[in-house]
Amino acid sequence: MSFKTPIGRVRGLGSAKEGTHHWWAQRVTAVALVPLTLWFVYAMTSLAGADHATAMAWLGDPRNAILTILLVIATFHHVQLGVQVVIEDYVHAEGMKIVVLMAVKLACVALVVAAIFSILKVAL
Amino acid sequence: MSDSKAQDRPLSPHLQVYRWEWTMLYSILHRMTGVGLAVGTTVLVWWLVAMAIGPGAFDLVQSFLGSIIGRLMLFGWTWALFYHLANGIRHLFWDAGMGFELETGRLTGHTVLASSVVLTVLAWVCGYAALG
Ligand code: HEM
Repeated sequence: MSFKTPIGRVRGLGSAKEGTHHWWAQRVTAVALVPLTLWFVYAMTSLAGADHATAMAWLGDPRNAILTILLVIATFHHVQLGVQVVIEDYVHAEGMKIVVLMAVKLACVALVVAAIFSILKVAL
Repeated sequence: MSDSKAQDRPLSPHLQVYRWEWTMLYSILHRMTGVGLAVGTTVLVWWLVAMAIGPGAFDLVQSFLGSIIGRLMLFGWTWALFYHLANGIRHLFWDAGMGFELETGRLTGHTVLASSVVLTVLAWVCGYAALG
């Protein structure tokens, strides 16, 4: 039995002691992705079929490099949070769930690092 | 109350007992486009890494993306993005406490689907215009 008030039990806490953090981060990244993805689609339509030199020149522009880095970070943060929820909904065997969750999180980090390294290599 | 052992609680009835609603489709499509986009976005990383490696690697990605299969995948990715984007904004309005009425929910759902189709076609018209 706990002597905390109901609101005290709920506020900022869950069984993982992280409260609404996951939900909130999903929303913050979603809001960031609205302008970033619209910009990205616009940029990609103008780069359709581009050769290497044209693409290098595009990514060499600091504005495009910065926006692409922001896009990649926001996207994979959002993906990692979103796919976690999907896995928790469908994968019920505890061991398997942990393995898949870890694989997704590690893959997202690896993809972000590979993308940012490549962008910097082209742009700097 | 704080007993966390699994209990034999009744399960909620499964999907097939519910009357068909468009909003069901719009709901599951958000999840499907989200996961599809996540998988598809690895191609963006491939594109960036290949660009950093050099012309040979980059031309390989470009010729894959330019092939019929590549174009179909990109088309699907574009639609999934616009659907998820528009429906994501619908989600954000719900989070702000707006748009829960049944009629409103149907209307915003139809609007999301229609705008995703229009925006996809628009983006591809621009893309082909840029190709010349
Ligand atoms: C473009 C702007 C975007 C917005 C406004 C947006 C919005 C959202 C929102 C509000 C959710 C939570 C849905 C819920 O609580 O049920 C969500 C989930 C998700 N999003 Fe996005 N998103 C965007 C872009 C993306 C992109 C680019 C990807 C992948 C590359 C993505 C992948 C996902 C995934 C996998 C989920 C989890 C789906 C689920 O739980 O059913 N989103 N998105």
